Amino acid sequence: MNASTVSAVSSVFIAFQDNEESRPVVDAILADNAQASATYPPGLVKINAPGRLVIRRETIEEQTGQRFNLQQLHVNLVTLSGYIDEDDDEFSLSWQH
Amino acid sequence: MDAPVIKKKLGLKDRYAAMTRGLAWDTTYQPMEKVFPFDQYEGIKIHDWDKWEDPFRLTMDAYWKYQGEKEKKLYAVIEAFAQNNGQLGISDARYVNALKLFIQGVTPLEYYAHRGFAHVGRHFTGAGARVAAQMQSIDELRHYQTETHALSHYNKYFNGMHQPTQWFDRVWYLSVPKSFFEDALSGGPFEFLTAVSFSFEYVLTNLLFVPFMSGAAHNGDMSTVTFGFSAQSDESRHMTLGIECIKFMLEQDPANVPIVQKWIDKWFWRGYRLLTLVAMMQDYMLPKRVMSWKESWEMYVEENGGALFRDLARYGIREPKGWKEACEGKDHISHQAWNTFYSYGAAAPFHTWIPKEDELQWLSEKYPDTFDKYYRPRFEHLREEQKAGRRIYNKTLPMLCNTCQIPLLFTEPGDPTKICHRETEYKGEKYHFCSDGCQHVFEDEPEKYVQSWLPVQQIYQGHCFKPGVDPTAEGFDPLLAVLDWYGMNVGRDNFDFEGSEDQKNFATWRGDPAPVSATAAQQGAQS
Repeated sequence: MNASTVSAVSSVFIAFQDNEESRPVVDAILADNAQASATYPPGLVKINAPGRLVIRRETIEEQTGQRFNLQQLHVNLVTLSGYIDEDDDEFSLSWQH
Repeated sequence: MDAPVIKKKLGLKDRYAAMTRGLAWDTTYQPMEKVFPFDQYEGIKIHDWDKWEDPFRLTMDAYWKYQGEKEKKLYAVIEAFAQNNGQLGISDARYVNALKLFIQGVTPLEYYAHRGFAHVGRHFTGAGARVAAQMQSIDELRHYQTETHALSHYNKYFNGMHQPTQWFDRVWYLSVPKSFFEDALSGGPFEFLTAVSFSFEYVLTNLLFVPFMSGAAHNGDMSTVTFGFSAQSDESRHMTLGIECIKFMLEQDPANVPIVQKWIDKWFWRGYRLLTLVAMMQDYMLPKRVMSWKESWEMYVEENGGALFRDLARYGIREPKGWKEACEGKDHISHQAWNTFYSYGAAAPFHTWIPKEDELQWLSEKYPDTFDKYYRPRFEHLREEQKAGRRIYNKTLPMLCNTCQIPLLFTEPGDPTKICHRETEYKGEKYHFCSDGCQHVFEDEPEKYVQSWLPVQQIYQGHCFKPGVDPTAEGFDPLLAVLDWYGMNVGRDNFDFEGSEDQKNFATWRGDPAPVSATAAQQGAQS
């Protein structure tokens, strides 16, 4: 990677419908990603983060006291950007440059 | 709870591999290239289909489970909306015209996308790509159905929604989205994915399904926002399919890079032109506004798309040709398009209007460099004319771009006072274009685009009248004959919002004061 490409940190984002099911997910993202910030346009919650954002199953389960399958994200997901890496415990978004 | 499939202890990645790769086999009594004739002829070289990974790793069982949940939520909202007469809670009946454009111009594209993905899902030799494309095909059919169901409620109360599929095939401005998808469907499978999954879905659809749908919520339309977000949650998977497809092609063979770059150039420009409709919906058709087209463009295209192309630079991919012109256009296209539809409001099955003063003010604030200088004076002039009983309805037919099929309404890069017009001569015929981008697309595949079905040319050739119509008869009105062939209800579906049946009905149902009679607004149509 050369100097000119290092300077620009691209943001990733993920957005959910703004409802009760999304709330623990959003709280978990904000707890696990210090640099993430949430905005609330009507109907939506959109979370931006520079470079990378991770969603951890365990943190969501701590929030709710219930088991959570990360693929449940699909139900309230609206949009996202960046490359996805997903396994049973973590779902992350990042750019590779 | 997930249904137990394969072995309970397999992790997500192993489970996905077992549930997709195991679905493929090599043919034995027929050669593979005879069974899969399409995935090689575009010149894309694939050496190892097993390198294809669908990052979401959604297997069919999980897909049905979560789609089923989404569907239940969606229909609960749609039903509640209908039972509660939700159409009366929207901000303003003008808003419904955005839904008319949606059912006319967007919903049929979902059906085309369904067909396209069913086709490529059958024809890729790689199982991972096939599974992803088949799921997307089902998604797109679901979108077509849910949008139609949700909007059918509005069709009971408002004009301009009664035959969107016939309009999609016939009405002049709907040839813009139609030709986009027919161009993509008649490309090869890799070009189709680049066009639809990557350029359209990854780079551009956020603009429709996020700020516009958020706008629907803001305007009290919970039914639309719910189908919009429900569709867009599938788009998240479609976007990952698009980016995976691009990465996969680029990583398989360096010879694929120039082919992919050419498609990215073409389909970014075509998609950008198509989204003109969305720009106009967002800036002019949402009575309560969330963000401007320009702000959305900056957020989703310049920032997010910029990140994407910086990322793809490692493969030797650059940002699409026309990127700079498109970014310059964020200040102009919504205003130029609305002005055009306002002028052609007699020939379109939805209503148009001059924005109210506070709306013009909002546009001035959102477009400080351009609106007051180039567009406000135009709208003020048209408003004065309308007040004086001279509502302008243009009855001449415009010159169309042979590629995107939009009338030549856009201006020169760097000069918003001059209409952009390009020409190419091919086999003794002249072809006209709205931009360098559209001209380049034509010149690269002229044999494809000389076949374009251009509404204006077709009208002039007499192909847009009902059987038995005699254009030589005395008093023949070609415009009325064309609208009759469209299946439009003249006087109900078209003309200005002021004085329309929609406006009067909405005020009556809500118990609002009756709108001021707008006979003046309609007079222009009769003259």
